[in-house]
Amino acid sequence: MVPLSWYLIVAAGLFCLGLYGVLSRKNMVAILMSVELMLNAININLIAFWRYQDPARIVGQAFAIMVFAVSAAEVAVGLALVISLYRRRKIVIAENVDLMKW
Amino acid sequence: MTTESLIWLLPLPPLLSFFLIILFTNRNRALSHTIGVGAAALAWLGSMIVFLRAAFGEGGFHHLGEHPFHSAIAWLPVGETTFNIGIQIDPLSAATLFFVGWTIFMIFLYSVGYQNFGQPEGDHDKKGLPPHGATVTDEHGHKHTVLSIEPNYSRFFAFLSLFAFGMYVLVVSDNLLTLFVGWEIMGLCSYLLIGFWFAKPSARAAAIKAFMTTRIGDVFMLLGLAYLYSQTGSLSYRVIFSPEVLEHLAHDPAVGGFLGLTTASLIGILFFMGTIGKSAQFPLHVWLPDAMEGPTPVSAMIHAATMVSAGVYMVIRIFPILSAGAEHGLTPAMSTLAVIGSFSALFAATIAIAQNDIKRVLAYSTISQLGYMIAALGIGAYVAAAFHLITHAFFKALLFLGSGSIIHGMEHGILHTGDHHMDPQDMMNMGGLRRSMPITFWTFLIGGLALSGFPFVTAGFWSKDEIFADAFANGHYTVLIVLALTAFLTAFYTMRQIMLAFAGEPRTKEAEHAHETPWTMTVPLMILAVFAIAAGWVGIPNDFLGLNLGEINWIHGVSYTLVLSEFELEGITFSFIPLTISLAVALGGLVVGGVMYRDFKAGQTDPVKKMLGGFHAVLQNKYYFDEFYHATFVRFSQWVSETFSFQWIDRGIIDGFLHTLARVAFFLGGVFRDRFELPVISGGADWVASVFQWFGQTFRTIQSGRVQQYMILVLVNVIAFGFLFYYLVEVVGR
Repeated sequence: MVPLSWYLIVAAGLFCLGLYGVLSRKNMVAILMSVELMLNAININLIAFWRYQDPARIVGQAFAIMVFAVSAAEVAVGLALVISLYRRRKIVIAENVDLMKW
Repeated sequence: MTTESLIWLLPLPPLLSFFLIILFTNRNRALSHTIGVGAAALAWLGSMIVFLRAAFGEGGFHHLGEHPFHSAIAWLPVGETTFNIGIQIDPLSAATLFFVGWTIFMIFLYSVGYQNFGQPEGDHDKKGLPPHGATVTDEHGHKHTVLSIEPNYSRFFAFLSLFAFGMYVLVVSDNLLTLFVGWEIMGLCSYLLIGFWFAKPSARAAAIKAFMTTRIGDVFMLLGLAYLYSQTGSLSYRVIFSPEVLEHLAHDPAVGGFLGLTTASLIGILFFMGTIGKSAQFPLHVWLPDAMEGPTPVSAMIHAATMVSAGVYMVIRIFPILSAGAEHGLTPAMSTLAVIGSFSALFAATIAIAQNDIKRVLAYSTISQLGYMIAALGIGAYVAAAFHLITHAFFKALLFLGSGSIIHGMEHGILHTGDHHMDPQDMMNMGGLRRSMPITFWTFLIGGLALSGFPFVTAGFWSKDEIFADAFANGHYTVLIVLALTAFLTAFYTMRQIMLAFAGEPRTKEAEHAHETPWTMTVPLMILAVFAIAAGWVGIPNDFLGLNLGEINWIHGVSYTLVLSEFELEGITFSFIPLTISLAVALGGLVVGGVMYRDFKAGQTDPVKKMLGGFHAVLQNKYYFDEFYHATFVRFSQWVSETFSFQWIDRGIIDGFLHTLARVAFFLGGVFRDRFELPVISGGADWVASVFQWFGQTFRTIQSGRVQQYMILVLVNVIAFGFLFYYLVEVVGR
């Protein structure tokens, strides 16, 4: 059986990948996609811990489904904002969205 | 309707008339005077019905004295008892009601003519000034100046109505408080009516003078009311004139043993002071001659029918208190009345002989005649006083209305000649009016003869004779002599007045063109003339000239009003001595006056002036009383109000204190501002604000608005906090 640490390493790698994407990509759609990567990394963690630590109860799966739902909602709102910004101001670059700046 | 409910309703028509005219009809003159005269007529009718039922009802006055018409309602709860007000008609108030009803009605009717109803509006008349006349053009194109209607015509009737209301209230009251209310209503109305032509400075001054002077008396009267109430717990006639209460008052020493008076005497004197003001007795007589500034019907109202009579009526009313304890001769209160009354009578009569203003002569004559009544009361002759009150009301109202008619006729002449500087009231400008104004002449003659006491016919003779008889029978010879002298002077100045106005030839063009007045003025004169003669016949002594005339004396029924034994009049038998005195002074005065003024021509010196020399000026200036009062009381009051109250008390002490307080507060405020407010509160708040400002300035640079920058910051923080927690948990926590 594959040991738990491998899962965790994959998840950590995926998370860092996502984090890097969030911090470095300029396109807002790409940033949202990177956020999805980070959430998926967390889901892997949750499932892995459930399977190795407490397989009798389904808490980990429930949490993962919850994260899916939240991330789906978050992407829906995020994409709506991105589309709205694009339609009004022709912007897709996150750095140019500085309306809230002092 | 029962007599009681009719009596309740008596004062109502004039009151309603007042409000109707003031509130609704004052723009419509004809409607206003119809309401006013109508109300007076209604009240007159009611008074006559009440009078007839009182005088000729079951048992007449004798029965009425024991069982007066009386009805009362609870009005004001006072402590544990209730203050009742109500109405009461006893023989005295019935007799008073009779002359009040007649004179008030006559005066209302007369006012219609006197205020020129039916004449055109004046050319340049202003409200508050007497009318100056109007120009009319007849069918031939000639221009005439005629009398013009009074600008404030309706208002006059409203005030007269209120005045009448006050008098009716006073007469029908069954207690001294509502009597006082009526008394004060009349005081207000006399102020309003004397100042009716308020745009004349002299009328304004006279109104204020009358109000202030009577106020002095009223304050004392109010004190008397309060004292009486505190002693007896009631002001109702039935209670305060009951023998037990009088007994108590007569033997109880006054508060603080004041001058050794009894309570009854002190109360009586306090009340009498109200009368001194209201009935213009010395030393508060000064307002009455000046009150002549008002229109003439007002003079008649105030000086005959109502206000001054009310003063005497009140003294007769409280006579039981004045005379309580008189078993051993006159009480101090009665002596006061006798002294003040006889002094006023003589004093005013001497002034009257030197006056030239026709109304002023009558005003002083009124003071003198009221003094007569007061003096008569002072010697216990209260029936004679009541009798003289009634006859005097009729003939003095007649004389005042007659003088108004004369003035009216003279104004007609003035409009004819156009000389507006002529004084229509100055008797020196008259003469020969008997031909142009016959009705006025005959009625004025009757009134004048009644005032002089012309024997056997006129009312004044019988009432004066009764006073003389009482004074003689009771041995008050000083009073008798003073009053006889007064009667002589009265006859003299009355004859002088009649001669100057009516006899001889006209002394001015205006007098030549004088004209008889309209029927609304002459009819009241004629009716009053009837009473000026006939009102005296009710008081002919039963044993006149020693004859046995049977029970012809009706006026003595008034004596049944009062609970008294020591002043019964039955004991006075006829004597020729007072009758002779009475005849001598009346006829003597008339003859002397007639002879001296029989042939008085324009430009001649007044015979009185020739006779009296320098003293004439003293009399003409009324013994300089106005000047004396001005120099003392008026100046003193002005000093008190201006210098003492205003400059010293108000400006100096009160304002000074307030200013000091203000300065202290101002100083303290400065200190607090500079030492506490500015540095601590204001400075502290500023410091807090500046801290936040610095904080914001410093940290605003991190708000770049770039999402990814924020993310990096979050990451850095997470990592930093991660290391911190790791350090705390793993290293320190172990």
